[in-house]
Amino acid sequence: MRETESARAGRGASAASVSRPGSRYGPGGPTRPARRGGRRLATWLWGLAGIVAIALIWEVYKLLGPADGVVIGDARVLPRTTDLAMPHVWDMIARLGEPVTRSASAQPLWLVIVLAALSTLGIAAVGWLVGLVVGVGLALVMQRWRIAEWGLLPWIVLSQTVPLIAFAPVVKSWGSRVEIGAFEWQDWMSVALIASYLAFFPIAIGALKGLQSPDVIHEELMRSYAAGYWQTLVKLRFPAAVPYLLPALRLGAANAVVGAVVAEVSTGLQGGIGRILIQFAGQASGDPAKAWGPIFGAVVLGLVAAGSVALLGVILGNYRRTEEAS
Amino acid sequence: MSEPVTQVAAVEVRGVDKVFETRSGNVQALEPIDLTVAAGEFVSLIGPSGCGKSTLMRLVADLDEPTAGTVEVFGKTSRRARLDQEYGIAFQQAGLLPWRTVAGNVALPLELHGEASAARASRIAELLDMVGLADFADRYPDQLSGGMQQRVAIARALAERPRLLLMDEPFGALDEMTREKMQTELVRISAETGAAVVFVTHSIPEAVFLSDRVVVMSPRPGRIREIVAMRLGAEAERAERTEELREERVFFDMVTAVREALHGGSPIGTGARGVETR
Repeated sequence: MRETESARAGRGASAASVSRPGSRYGPGGPTRPARRGGRRLATWLWGLAGIVAIALIWEVYKLLGPADGVVIGDARVLPRTTDLAMPHVWDMIARLGEPVTRSASAQPLWLVIVLAALSTLGIAAVGWLVGLVVGVGLALVMQRWRIAEWGLLPWIVLSQTVPLIAFAPVVKSWGSRVEIGAFEWQDWMSVALIASYLAFFPIAIGALKGLQSPDVIHEELMRSYAAGYWQTLVKLRFPAAVPYLLPALRLGAANAVVGAVVAEVSTGLQGGIGRILIQFAGQASGDPAKAWGPIFGAVVLGLVAAGSVALLGVILGNYRRTEEAS
Repeated sequence: MSEPVTQVAAVEVRGVDKVFETRSGNVQALEPIDLTVAAGEFVSLIGPSGCGKSTLMRLVADLDEPTAGTVEVFGKTSRRARLDQEYGIAFQQAGLLPWRTVAGNVALPLELHGEASAARASRIAELLDMVGLADFADRYPDQLSGGMQQRVAIARALAERPRLLLMDEPFGALDEMTREKMQTELVRISAETGAAVVFVTHSIPEAVFLSDRVVVMSPRPGRIREIVAMRLGAEAERAERTEELREERVFFDMVTAVREALHGGSPIGTGARGVETR
């Protein structure tokens, strides 16, 4: 029953998309919202099924796997199945509801994680914005001058090969010496800067590709209109870049979160999820389920960051018409 | 034709040639060419691939620069004419911006030149009316057929009321039926606007149906072989060119004349011979 229904909805959809405007293929119209709703529901269900599947595999392996894990030669290729190494899924979930410490005033674990995640999200967002400005700026320069592309692009690629862990403390120590008038460099700014360092890369590459994407015919059309550089940029290049920029921004958002978490760890910044990740891992021998909380938090954080950009894509839907058509 | 001598030509091409530098050496795309297009005149450029007809049009549009010679558009340099928006242009691909509606696409040149939004809206309505797309103002290009897209492109080219329209095989990608319909439309539109048209094509009937004069070109290097004046409906009031014309004897005679010019002047086939081309 479900299948025939969705098949019909699908046919209605294709009829709607090929029908000419003002045509009599009216029935395609009304089915549209229903189909979209159905598809969204299916997406969520599949996502949920994936999570359940992972939990099942975890529990089945924990039940059937050898206590000492699977060892080939000297290498352990699968983990131990003890409660210490692999807590039960329900234990991990239940732990989220319990207080962080035994102290009477302690907040529940989930609240601590959410607060820490929000703090990290804020820093990552600043890093993402800086990455956006720097990335698009570099792309503009590279698009405008061919020679800048040749000169800059290799360095931009090279920049990403520098290990983050190596220069995070350097950034922090440089930052602590920055003091301009009333402005004083804060530790979180170092973390944001490092996040932006990871975020700008996909944005620069995506924006460059996007800015270069207009067809020759469109560029000549703008020339025939005697449109200058800025007019061409605003009316043609930026709109044409949107389909390239959106995935780049999403990658950038995920990178910014990873960068922020890693930078929190390596600069020792308090308050973020990176910090409690380390802290709780240290307590894992006594409280194994607790260490998994921040890991879930970091995963959700990445999803929220990438999802926010997806929202941007919905708003800019009209600029993605060619993308949807193909 | 009895135009006043004072009227300046729409296009004046003098001794223009064009050499493209490629890795394997220089390619002479055009050898020195002279051509004048009067104001309000419809001139087609026809010839096989590589004869430089598109190149010639691009030189007039100032999309390329001639290696030698001068191109004047309404007495100005082609560059000045481009900056002053003396011409509108349409290509083989409609080249609409996919993120803009039909109205938005037609509005583009007006927006770029700072036309006030009220004046813009009425001009757009007028243009869409002219190309018969008044009901489609809010559609997006991907919702239109090829013919409709090309109409939008023509409306866009006419937005600034240019006195010269440059068209590079605008109907080349359309099917035959749509194509004939669009030709009739173009005849009507060019009569309504009184604009001169330089029309690049490689369809002989298309050139004959549309033009006052057909410029026949030949390749390697590109040059003008012959200019064939059309004599359809005597001193052709352009608006009088209708579908019936396509079936008239004089139409076929002109097709033959252009074909013979294309094939090097030697009579071919069994069409009427000895047609005067001037």
